[in-house]
Amino acid sequence: MAKTDITPEVEAQVQEAPKAAPAAKTIDSKIPEGPLAEKWTNYKSHQKLVNPANKRRLDIIVVGTGLAGGSAAASLGEMGFNVLNFCIQDSPRRAHSIAAQGGINAAKNYQNDGDSVYRLFYDTIKGGDYRAREANVHRLAEVSNSIIDQCVAQGVPFAREYGGLLDNRSFGGAQVSRTFYAKGQTGQQLLLGAYSALSRQVKKGTVKLFPRHEMLDLVVIDGRARGIIARNLVTGKIERYAAHAVVIATGGYGNTFFLSTNAMGSNGSAALQCYKKGAYFANPAFAQIHPTCIPVHGEFQSKLTLMSESLRNDGRIWVPKKKEDAEAIRAGKLKPTDIAENDRDYYLERRYPAFGNLVPRDVASRAAKERCDAGFGVGTTGLAVYLDFSSAIDRLGEDVVRARYGNLFQMYEKIVDDNPYKTPMMIYPAIHYTMGGIWVDYELSTSIPGLFAIGEANFSDHGANRLGASALMQGLADGYFVLPYTIQNYLSDQITVPRFSTDLPEFVQAEKDVNARIAKLMAVKGNRSVDSIHKELGLIMWNFVGMGRTKEGLETALEKIKEVKKEFWSNVRIPGEADTLNVELEKALRLADFIEIGRLMALDALNRNESCGGHFREEYQTEEGEALRQDDKYMYVSCWEYQGEDKEPVMYKEELKYEAIKVQQRNYKQ
Amino acid sequence: MWLLNSSIGKKVVMSVTGLFLILFLTFHMSMNLVAIFSAEGYNMICEFLGANWYALVGTAVIAGGAALHILYAFWLTYINRRARGNNRYAVVSKPKTVEWASQNMLVLGIIIVLGLCMHMWDFWAKMQLNELTGLFPDVNPHDGYALIVEKFSSPIATVCYLIWFVAIWFHLTHGFWSALHTLGWNNKTWLARWKCIANIFTTVICLGFAVVAIYFGFIA
Amino acid sequence: MEKTINITLKIWRQRGPKEKGAFKEYALNDISTDSSFLEMLDILNEQLINKGEEPVVFDHDCREGICGMCSLYINGHPHGPDEDVTTCQLHMRRFNDGDVITIEPWRSAGFPVIRDLMVDRGAFDKIIQAGGYVSVNTGGVPDANAIPIPKADADEAMDSASCIGCGACVAACKNGSAMLFVSAKVSQLALLPQGRVEAASRAKAMLAKMDELGFGNCTNTGACEAECPKSVSISNIARLNREYIKAKLKD
Repeated sequence: MAKTDITPEVEAQVQEAPKAAPAAKTIDSKIPEGPLAEKWTNYKSHQKLVNPANKRRLDIIVVGTGLAGGSAAASLGEMGFNVLNFCIQDSPRRAHSIAAQGGINAAKNYQNDGDSVYRLFYDTIKGGDYRAREANVHRLAEVSNSIIDQCVAQGVPFAREYGGLLDNRSFGGAQVSRTFYAKGQTGQQLLLGAYSALSRQVKKGTVKLFPRHEMLDLVVIDGRARGIIARNLVTGKIERYAAHAVVIATGGYGNTFFLSTNAMGSNGSAALQCYKKGAYFANPAFAQIHPTCIPVHGEFQSKLTLMSESLRNDGRIWVPKKKEDAEAIRAGKLKPTDIAENDRDYYLERRYPAFGNLVPRDVASRAAKERCDAGFGVGTTGLAVYLDFSSAIDRLGEDVVRARYGNLFQMYEKIVDDNPYKTPMMIYPAIHYTMGGIWVDYELSTSIPGLFAIGEANFSDHGANRLGASALMQGLADGYFVLPYTIQNYLSDQITVPRFSTDLPEFVQAEKDVNARIAKLMAVKGNRSVDSIHKELGLIMWNFVGMGRTKEGLETALEKIKEVKKEFWSNVRIPGEADTLNVELEKALRLADFIEIGRLMALDALNRNESCGGHFREEYQTEEGEALRQDDKYMYVSCWEYQGEDKEPVMYKEELKYEAIKVQQRNYKQ
Repeated sequence: MWLLNSSIGKKVVMSVTGLFLILFLTFHMSMNLVAIFSAEGYNMICEFLGANWYALVGTAVIAGGAALHILYAFWLTYINRRARGNNRYAVVSKPKTVEWASQNMLVLGIIIVLGLCMHMWDFWAKMQLNELTGLFPDVNPHDGYALIVEKFSSPIATVCYLIWFVAIWFHLTHGFWSALHTLGWNNKTWLARWKCIANIFTTVICLGFAVVAIYFGFIA
Repeated sequence: MEKTINITLKIWRQRGPKEKGAFKEYALNDISTDSSFLEMLDILNEQLINKGEEPVVFDHDCREGICGMCSLYINGHPHGPDEDVTTCQLHMRRFNDGDVITIEPWRSAGFPVIRDLMVDRGAFDKIIQAGGYVSVNTGGVPDANAIPIPKADADEAMDSASCIGCGACVAACKNGSAMLFVSAKVSQLALLPQGRVEAASRAKAMLAKMDELGFGNCTNTGACEAECPKSVSISNIARLNREYIKAKLKD
């Protein structure tokens, strides 16, 4: 990929991987030159573009229709590219971005509380525990304002004040109110905005939609991504699609844990297939555990439900101060309302006076786990803490609380059968988001030329921990305002490349491989359902690769995952046929990949001998139990490269350099 | 033509003709009430609305409105049944807020049409039509009062008419606000108001009709 | 504390859109009343797989009541007997020991069955594609606060926009009409100044598409509103009618 005026800053040092090190490889993140605040402007001024006549001749495959994929497909279509857009659901509008509740951040400073692009950038880097790339995050903060403008223009009904201007609320990890919201359904409204833009392009004919299609392989020709193999989920047919570039926007791999806040269909397969074709997988260990989810209540449970972080604006988190009270509550002898104010431990307010209940998610999650592990947990299992609105109701009145959180309270009541206006909610952390993902450079290009990754699918701008209301921001930033530019820099030298035939041997081979994988799965004819094995994997992940990780635990996990893999490939049962609609086959294909991802997560967690953000190694903590980073050794992005079936992957490092920000221990106390 | 092609257009025709027929019923009811107070007054109206050119034009317009309303009802029902698909639900449970009438408008309509036939035979055929064609030479087309007295001397006829009015009541309680809704004259606040107004208005009309039937059937 | 119940399920099984379907009965024991309806179906499917039978196919995804993927016509109600929830949020505590639960797919000509309880709702996408958007390109838009919008309008637009496109309105409607779905989108955009510009052409285009796809005519029974998991109001339908009639009278 030739670049004209930009000299990439080759700052990434190459170090040998922990095991079986092959030849050293340069990780080039292609960060443009110039001062941090001018990099993106510089880049845009000098990048190569594709003229309108040529755009028509270029095909782009976008896999995924969430905030990132939907907005990218729509924007690329508007520009005149010929876009093929795939999703596994029956409609693009179902992508899991829709479930985001709380809001979207932007540095508008409409509230006049001192916000700025720099402050949003700074909060995001700090929230990510200094494991994100400065230039990317700054760009994210820069374009954040355009996102809000764009969405309003599309007719997204953001909450407004009586004067008719936009309202904001506060979120964790920030001391300003910069979160825009649409009731408790912000993700839904933003996604419907992107979906409407996408629908407009479908009508214009620039985007062709392929719902109920699942990408099962990436086709690489002469080192460049040139297409995908997808399974039509209705007919079971394996189909080939060619394009000049492929964009992966398939979200995260949180469902490796079986129980997570992700949708049932959310999976990491597209990302893993890219990894198997040579794309680096970055920071797989960085998974976010969200502190406010409805606790697990039974064996049969299929997923965990998130209660928006916005609840922490007005809700106060506590457990009993006295162990005997906690025990009595667990035994059903006491009710939370029986505990006197003085006997309640508002542990977040106690430990972090400056941020209180609005500390970042990783901090809040660990604090909850700490209290529960110490024996102060509530609920029948002891794995829950209270989120109490009584003081907010006293202060604001029930009507105001209802107006702010009514739909969330209703959802809680429907699931738990408890009235949160009367008795505190019970919450517990759960897997929610994965900061890790496909490695991308500044241009959002993966290590395979022509393959791009956006949104949660890439290793993203969130470092080791994502702040609330930042996922929506990043997905839309990538899709509307970053990728449509950077992809042209790649496509500009593709204008003379004619459309590809899907009869090329690479396509034939890829399809053959997919068919072989399916045939192998169907041939197992074992005794266990996909879900039962997935639950087993999830339990291992939660116990050993979850909130508190240790060297021994991770080694155990690696062993156990190996056993699960063996069990899966020798004992899974998939009823029905492969050449028709077959939900169990879909799940099996995804689980096969989750097992690989789980292993990669454990490997990465084992490699990273430090605690940072969502990655907490119990060996590395301060005396107060806070995460203890090892900046001298681990200030890098770990990039894992696939070496082949049953071979250990190799890790490369992209060193992180902080120029604008002084790296320090995160402090949410003062 | 959108009144023929589009779903809302077809519904607009239903609404406009429906509202027009309600208006007609309102006049008809007021006219009937006169019979209770004065036989001469009533017969004066009968003569006025006899085979005069303006009454005939009016009759034609009303007949046209009714015909359109009925035609469109069958047409819409046909489309709606087709839209429902080939398989019916095995279990159906009506939500509490759904009016019974709203789901049975066609059936109610058919009952009303049957009632209408009866009514036309009983009165219109012997009045306006008779005046034009002389079909019933023994009947004085302008003596509507006598016809009423004679008709409602039979309790069966009275009961038939009362049943007819009940069907009209059901049909109108839904039809009235539904027509306004279809024409777009509704919103969150007026939804409940129109329903209330529809119930009151319909009740007044049907009571007006019923009073005459009961008066001549059981009292006079 | 956990309560369990035994139930009988009558589930519609159908191989494909052209094939004939029929009800099949399944007995299911010891179902926790804390489990959700779909978790109950997961348990059934687990048992079917263990018996070597093909599991019941149904659509579902987020299981938080927002993606609109889950459907199911349960005991005569789209999304089951509970109010204001989708099937994924319906819990077994709404049922009693010994209940017979009849589960059917959405039945409407506009939503052909794909298999068992899974239907094709692609028609909704087509209706949105006909005009359910504001024609703005990425970039080049004014500042978000450039046009103040009265809070009441913004709130009402939000209420209309809360539609999740699940299709319960069509399933509940005895006429198989998609008016609530169409009107919710038309209303949302008609209420906001950004969408007002194209309000007339949008109403015409979306309605024409709805008619073309074989949905029925609205007779204002209100069943859609009663069964809508997001309580989208039929006042939206009045607004759509208004917009449409205005647009047609202007032509």
